[in-house]
Amino acid sequence: MSTWTALLIAGGLAFVLKFLGYVVPASWLDGERTTRITSALPIALLAALVGVQTLTSSSGAITLDSRAAAVGVAIVALLLRAPFIVVVILGAAVAAGLRLLGLP
Amino acid sequence: MSPAGPVGSTALTPERRSQVVRQALSVAVATGTYGISFGALSVAAGLSILQTQVLSLLLFSGGSQFAFVGVIAAGASGGPAAIATSTLLGVRNGLYGLQVSRMLDVRGLRKALAAHLTIDESTAVGVAQPETAGARLGFWVTGLGVFVLWNATTLVGAVVGDAMGDPRQYGLDAAAAAAFCALLWPRLKSKDAVAIAVLAAVIAVLVAPHAPAGVPVLVAACTALLAGVWRRAHHDPPPPHRWPDQGHAGPAGTAGAAGAAGAAP
Repeated sequence: MSTWTALLIAGGLAFVLKFLGYVVPASWLDGERTTRITSALPIALLAALVGVQTLTSSSGAITLDSRAAAVGVAIVALLLRAPFIVVVILGAAVAAGLRLLGLP
Repeated sequence: MSPAGPVGSTALTPERRSQVVRQALSVAVATGTYGISFGALSVAAGLSILQTQVLSLLLFSGGSQFAFVGVIAAGASGGPAAIATSTLLGVRNGLYGLQVSRMLDVRGLRKALAAHLTIDESTAVGVAQPETAGARLGFWVTGLGVFVLWNATTLVGAVVGDAMGDPRQYGLDAAAAAAFCALLWPRLKSKDAVAIAVLAAVIAVLVAPHAPAGVPVLVAACTALLAGVWRRAHHDPPPPHRWPDQGHAGPAGTAGAAGAAGAAP
């Protein structure tokens, strides 16, 4: 599958999901259990992405490198209520700095 | 087309109008700033500037876009997994739509446009307003404002990122991980949320050496199902889809929902 195909399908599905909210009866999705699962879904997905992006290499092997330190600093910045852009720039700066010093 | 839509008999006072517009635009500007990081990370992940821009125009949901490029970057065969991850993250926009459609009362093309603009920010600003006219104005100004600024800053980030060269040298791979942390952070409002997050991250990392790129994230997403069978009621505010058909939700009633949605794109 080419990147273009994938991104056009993802874009189309994103719109379909948004539009469904406007056309399906609210009662279809109003159950308490459904609400709990759908509010937990972004948490599980984003946390999994943090884990994979921080601790695995492009081949999937578990690796510890500058990214782990960068994410540690990012978490401290979030605890100090830093805005999104500051967290991202700090993460990049920590990893870039450590690599400049010769770390992986 | 008036961005406010039909306001009925309860037109806003000029003071309320400018108050809502100010709030909407400040959210749009704040969100626009991280369009820059999306643009840069997307080209670092191997997408072209045009592909990056098309994602911001068509997919238009920050979390899904970051996830899509994150999974695609992990391997050339990651297409289906990238689609699945971005789509699962987009489910919440459909839930916002359930609520927003009741408050907007739109038809035809305007309904399609409203659906496209239904994201965390526009929903949060909309439901935070105490009156229907304010909610409609807040939704439209935030949605259109974020759309314009997010796309403009995506282009800036993509062009700058493209000129930078080796993404690892500038720590852009670590920036992607930091971005996912920052997207996750505002959702960690309860112990159960933290437990689900830790479990999902551990599962994804442990599965990674044994599965193709993108699949570990989807396997870990199943931990969300645990929330459905958890006996203890968990303390997260529910997604804001309980807009009353009649009358107005008070500021206290909507504050939790707005807070939950307000800090992530």
